[in-house]
Order: sequence, then C-alpha cells, then structure tokens
Amino acid sequence: MTEPLLDVRNLDLVLSHRSGDLPILQDISFQIMPGETYGLVGESGSGKSVTSLAIMGLLKKPLKVSGGQVVFQGQDLLKLRPRRMRDLRGDRVAMIFQEPMTALNPLSTVGRQIAEMYVLHQGKSWREARRLAVHALDSVKVPNPERRVGNYPHQMSGGLRQRVMIAMALACDPDLLIADEPTTALDVTVQAEVLRLIKELCAARGTAVLFISHDLGVIASICQRVGVMYAGCLVEENDTVALFSNPRHAYTRGLMGALPRLGSRLTHGRQRLVDIDSVIADRSVLTETRFIMPRGAANGESA
Amino acid sequence: MLQFTIRRILQVIPTLLVVALLIFVIFSVVPGSFAASLFSDGRTTANPEMIAQLNRELGLDLPLPQRFLNYVMDLAHLDLGTSFRTRQPVLQLINDRMWASLQLAVAAMVFAVVIGVPLGFIAAMRPGSILDSVTMIGAVSGLSMPQFWLGLLLMYVFALQLGWLPSFGYGNGSLRNLILPAITLGVTPLALLARTTRAGVLDVMNADFIRTAHAKGMSESKVVRWHVARNALVLVVTTVGLQFGSMIGQAVVIEKLFAWPGIGSLLVDSVAIRDIPVVQGTILVIVLWFLLINTAVDLIYAAIDPRIKQR
Repeated sequence: MTEPLLDVRNLDLVLSHRSGDLPILQDISFQIMPGETYGLVGESGSGKSVTSLAIMGLLKKPLKVSGGQVVFQGQDLLKLRPRRMRDLRGDRVAMIFQEPMTALNPLSTVGRQIAEMYVLHQGKSWREARRLAVHALDSVKVPNPERRVGNYPHQMSGGLRQRVMIAMALACDPDLLIADEPTTALDVTVQAEVLRLIKELCAARGTAVLFISHDLGVIASICQRVGVMYAGCLVEENDTVALFSNPRHAYTRGLMGALPRLGSRLTHGRQRLVDIDSVIADRSVLTETRFIMPRGAANGESA
Repeated sequence: MLQFTIRRILQVIPTLLVVALLIFVIFSVVPGSFAASLFSDGRTTANPEMIAQLNRELGLDLPLPQRFLNYVMDLAHLDLGTSFRTRQPVLQLINDRMWASLQLAVAAMVFAVVIGVPLGFIAAMRPGSILDSVTMIGAVSGLSMPQFWLGLLLMYVFALQLGWLPSFGYGNGSLRNLILPAITLGVTPLALLARTTRAGVLDVMNADFIRTAHAKGMSESKVVRWHVARNALVLVVTTVGLQFGSMIGQAVVIEKLFAWPGIGSLLVDSVAIRDIPVVQGTILVIVLWFLLINTAVDLIYAAIDPRIKQR
C-alpha cells in the first residue's frame, strides 16, 4: 500500500466573524495517490475552490482553517512555517486558476512570468530562466515559443494564456497540480485541447492532479476518482466509472439528472432535463442535519 | 514608440491654437482697457481723446478678426507681442519669470512625491493599521487646508517665531528661500498622492495575478517588487502629471504670498492693469506647460503599460 501524496483529514474551515464563526467546510477528508487525478465536483458555492486554497495555504481573512490536517508527503501543511510553505508552493504543489485573462500580470511578459518560477525555486539567473521559459512554452505546445516568450498577456488568446499558466505551474515539476476550473472560461474546442494537454503532461511526469470543476463531463474525461461536494461537505466519493454508473447520494443523482445527453429528445416531456433547486441549503440548517435531505427533483417525487 | 511620440507631440499644436483663440476672444470682451486703467485715478474719468490716441498706438483700434490674425501670425514667429506697460517683448518678461516658477513647481512636486508616494504605499500594506489611519487623516487635512492659510502658518512659525527660514522673497535663488513656498505648494499634491497611491496599491493587491504570484511561492516583498509596484505606478503617474500641470496655475496665490518672482505673480499684476499681451502670453505658456506635461504622462504610460502603445 503506497502512502497517499495528499491526505486531507477532517478539514474544517470557517468564516470568522464577530458574532461567531460561520462554518464553510465541514469534515472534508480525501486522499490523492501519487500520479492520480482526483476530481472535485459540485455547484458554485459548494466549497471546491476554498478547499484548494486551504491546501495551498492561500486563504485570506476572514476565512480560516479551524480543524483537521492537510498532510502532504508526510508533513502537515497547516503546521508548516510560512517560509517553508512558500518554498513548497509553486515548487511541489502548483496551481492553475480559472481566469487566464486576469491571472497573469498584464504589464509583464509571459516569459518573465514563467521565468520567475526558475529564479524563485531553482536559483537560476534571469538569463537562464528565460531560456528555460522558452522550453516550457514549447512543452505546452505554444507555437513559436521564441517569439511568444516576449509577448504580453493581452497579445495572446485565452487558450494560449491558459497554456502559459500550465507552463508556469509545471515549470518546477511539482508533485501535485491543483487545477481550479482551468477550462471554464474557455470555449469548447479550446477546452478540449487544454484538457488533453493537462492530461498528457501530468501523465508523462507522474504529476498528481486535484481537478476542480462543476462540469461532470470534464471530470469524467480526466479523473480516476471523484468527490462530490455539496454545501461545504464531501457527500460522496467513488471511482469515476462507479460514480457515474451508480450514484449513491441524492445530490449526485440530482447533478446527473441535470446533465443534457446527446440524442435525448427534449420535446417529449419524458426526457426533460431535471433541475436542482437553485439555492444552496441554508448552512444553519445544515449544521444540525449534517447531511442534506434531498432537494428538489432528486427526491423522486413529482416536483 | 517613436511614431507614437511624434503623434502625441503634434497633437499639442491644434489644442494650442484653440486655446490662443479662446484667450484672445475672452480678453477682447472683458470690460476695462489698458488705456482706461492707465489714465484713470479713481476719481476723474480719463480724457476720451487720450484713450483713443493710446489705443491707436497699441493697435487696439483695428477690427477684432484682424487683430487675431496679426496675433496668430506673430505667434507663428514665436513673437508673443509687446507689453503695453513696459514696452518690453512679452517673451522676455515671461523668460525672466518662468524659471523661478518652474523651480518652485519642481521643488514642490519632489517634496510631494518623495513623501506622499511612500506614505501611501506603506498605508496600503497595512490597511486599517494606526499608520494607515494617521496617514489618511493627515491626507484629508492636507487636502482641505487652504493653501494661503497654510503658507501664513508656516511663515509665522518658521520665519517669525523660530527664525530658521526667510519669510519671503527669491533671495537670488537660495535654497533656503525655496523651502517654505515649496512645502506650501506641495502639501495638496502630497495628500492627493498619498491617497491615490494607497488606493492604487490596494487595488492591485486584490487582483487575480497577485494571487497567482502568491501561488508561485513568492515572498511578500517579491510580490510587491515584481508585481505590485509597477502596476500601481500607473495611477501615481496620472496624479503626478495632473497635479504638476495645474501647479503653475495654483502657484499664483503662493507666489503672491511669498513674493516669489514667478509667472503667476506676473499674470496677476498684468490682469490688474489690463496688460493684455502679457496676460495672453502668460496663459499661453501655462497652457503649453500643461499640455507638455500631459504628453509626457502619455508617453510614460506607454512605457509602463504595453497595452497602450497598440491603440
């Protein structure tokens, strides 16, 4: 039995406020094996991104971890000194964000922004780092890397920018890549390319991926195991195939029901898309019942 | 970049022409004339014949369009006309005064930038801290204080009570004479700069790419040096430019107060006796100064932000 690369144990996260702490994440536990691609899926506001920020140690006030452990390669990241955590961040655990338009500094060339990684973590000179940045661009299949390295973000398309982000994140060959909705802001064809790129690169390097998305289709195409998040709780976890063929939790079934299927006929009433009540359950109710009663259509009655 | 520079500089010329026309029209329709103010002593009205004679001498009897045409033709030869009062070329009068004004403006701006920008930066690094509150309260006080009152206060304390600095005059360009008027003139831009720097830095700190920088494992100081400073600079440059441009105009009061022989006091004196060529020339120079500063700001923008050059 190999040791998990990342072991999140009973993670609790709160929004601290004068009138008391508001729970955001409750008792989140999951493991990612070396080289594995793990998906976190759930609707907006279910706590996927916050979970990833907690792992990275990038939470901003008033959010704070109130309990649990984030064990990465045998050490609890939550107990690391800020300096050690900083060295780890970007080097061993890297992150790609959702918005490639704003996640890059508009006043700095992409080459420089990639080169920073080598200067920060490998002590390279700027010259050497820039040379490596060209290679990094080449590895994410940016055409004309020697020319593109001097480009500013506004001179690139969204897909190219996301490739730059990927090049940056993978620059130091991290052991874990956290991808927070990396394809959501891209159009479908570009989305497929970027997904394939992440898949290929990480498989080739043996990089484990924590892939966050609200898109079940994307998750299904890239992840080996999936965790379903709902209102700050991890409600179901399974192998991708098992999860999709046999969703156990009512909420998961709700998510599946809301998926359009190619070839299904929407006009004939029978195969209608089912929606889930649009509002996330009230947290104060949730803290008492802990696990949610099925909402809306998932409870099987004529809603 | 060169093309961009040339284009921006050429754009100054039409603006200058429109301004020249405006000044000309305004001072042709305002009541009062040089001749009338020269001959009148407040009790008796001047002799109309003498006024007519003087107007003829000064060329004021010609029709307005023709006067404007002459004026523009002279302008094209860099001739701003001749003062009614001293009969000296206006250009020479302005030249005598302009450098003192520039000296004052530059000194005030240096004072404002050197203190205001770091203060705003530090305040933004620790929002809500005591330092932040003190800086911002100070900035609001600085903005709301009338300049002439501040000038009098400084004069009273540092010149009269402590006797450290001269209270007024140019002192043949001595630095000691420059200090009090420069501080007085610099307080408003200082306060404004502290505020805009703080706002600009805070704005950048909340940007997505700062989160990216943190995710890369950068230390706070590197984040600031590599990603915040340059981006926040855009707003600072705007403020410095705007303030610098309008400073010569603002300096009128300060120059009067400290008996500073600048272009502002020349303007006030000339308006009082309707010495129109000097007034026109002075305003034109002030406008030109403003336009040049603006152009410089645009060029600096383009140097900082690669997105601007493309347009």
